[in-house]
Amino acid sequence: MSPLLSVAGLVVDLPSPAGVLRVVDGVSFDIPEATTVGLIGESGSGKTMTANAVIGLLPGGAVLDGALRWRGEDVLRADPGRRRRLRGREIAMIFQDPLAALNPTQRIGRQVGEILRRSGMRRDEVRRRVVELFDRAGIPEPSRRLRNYPHEFSGGMRQRAMIALALAGNPALLLADEPTTALDVTVQARILRLLRSIQRDEGLAMLLVSHDLRVVAHVAHQVVVMYAGRVAERGPTSAVLSRPAHPYTRALVQSVPAVRTRTAIAHPLPGAPASPARRPAGCAFHPRCPLARERCRSEQPVVRQVADGRWSACHFAGEVSRS
Amino acid sequence: MIEVRELTVKFKRFVAVDDVSLSVAADETVGLVGESGSGKTTVARAIVGLQRPDSGTITLDGVRLGPVARRPKARQRAIQMVFQDPRSSLNPLMSVASIINEAWRTHPDSAPTGDRTMAVHRLLEDVGLDPSVARHRADELSGGQCQRVSIARALAVKPRLLVCDEAVSALDVSVQAQILRLLVDLRRRHRLSMLFISHDLGVVHQIADRIAVMRGGVLVEEGPATEVLGSPRHDYTRSLLDAALELNTHHGEVGK
Repeated sequence: MSPLLSVAGLVVDLPSPAGVLRVVDGVSFDIPEATTVGLIGESGSGKTMTANAVIGLLPGGAVLDGALRWRGEDVLRADPGRRRRLRGREIAMIFQDPLAALNPTQRIGRQVGEILRRSGMRRDEVRRRVVELFDRAGIPEPSRRLRNYPHEFSGGMRQRAMIALALAGNPALLLADEPTTALDVTVQARILRLLRSIQRDEGLAMLLVSHDLRVVAHVAHQVVVMYAGRVAERGPTSAVLSRPAHPYTRALVQSVPAVRTRTAIAHPLPGAPASPARRPAGCAFHPRCPLARERCRSEQPVVRQVADGRWSACHFAGEVSRS
Repeated sequence: MIEVRELTVKFKRFVAVDDVSLSVAADETVGLVGESGSGKTTVARAIVGLQRPDSGTITLDGVRLGPVARRPKARQRAIQMVFQDPRSSLNPLMSVASIINEAWRTHPDSAPTGDRTMAVHRLLEDVGLDPSVARHRADELSGGQCQRVSIARALAVKPRLLVCDEAVSALDVSVQAQILRLLVDLRRRHRLSMLFISHDLGVVHQIADRIAVMRGGVLVEEGPATEVLGSPRHDYTRSLLDAALELNTHHGEVGK
């Protein structure tokens, strides 16, 4: 079966005072139907730019190359009307800061119902559907709460309202960019559980962008690890996290501060994440890599299959779990 | 060494900190954990003297501390703070060397007697920075480098207690691990006491000997780190632990 969305050799160039920056450099991965893919990376990894390219929300002057295939159709080269219909309907989004995405002067129920009204649904049907969506998103007393304004909702409730709004268009793919980063841990756990159950029950595909490996580990079936605008590694989440095939993934896993083990600070990586503006030659990770040798400094590794379903951009992928 | 007793801080009628008692012994690191609005930052601000308590006392070696402006210089510098956002807590246009020299101007009794340039270099090396960083302006540095400079500035005046308020929360996870490691090493090298405030139980666990948990201005539980995390007594601590995500649980388990 062909994937719902196929990202193939995606390149994003952004103009900057220092010249053109290649913020995404040849990224490929698939999102199969009804599957959650986690896109993980630190600052400068290009994860958000990759996600923005998928929904067509890049800053002005951005130049793209490669292909984005939505059910086989190349949407990167589709006309703007087609792209607009795709965004918000077939692909819906939720962000880190729901307050920035919600209109402060409009009742939340009205905002969630907007897309339904525009599709010609009758008023009483819209209301019934909005109550359903609120209920699905876990907002208590939906028929009362839909009259509230965004500022009357707590952070967690606002994110639930965003989820209701995203579901209103009956999307096939939900793009969630750091959806729980601004929330307290107890609220985060509840929102992640909600996203998981919605994904499963509605048969949605989800692209979850996060800097937090712990979030991705709990929600994503597959994970794409990005570094300096490129894919470092991708594969099934549990396999990637338990047996990384890239030294960067291994370091990320080891750096995660756990409540039950005290290992995060044992062997910290040196240096800072590489930025697209100063991307080292060869393998961009080599200056921080404990396995780096001559070949890594000169030859840029290609992303290759290293095991069933497992892809790595390390010349020495086979050594990662052994060393 | 530092002792907070029955501290209460109100903002108008809102009780931000409600009768909190907490102490940090010499060479000890205490982790203070809580969600937003728990009052943990207000406790920190009261300890460094930036927040006047409505009632309760804060003592250093048994001597009561007032607001920062009324503290004798030696007691001001004994307690230093490292903030969450390293970029906004450093003047972006000042060189790293002048940032550190400024700390010595404020607290001349902690200033080195010999060559100050050499002293700056030693201090930077102590926090894992190359001495050449001294010439750079803060806005030329990465987030992790800025946080190391903030720590160097705090150490420059030879404090006894370092109060770290979400000091690693804004950093990339690979850099976060470096800074936590640095704090653990510095603590040992300089025999520092530390009050380490974070919303992240996992982060606190990497560094704290004891952990105190706050909720809604109240300290709900306090004890050795292994006990608080291993067998929490308070329901709220248990719910924080349930919500804390781990890597090694199976896909599909978010809390309970």
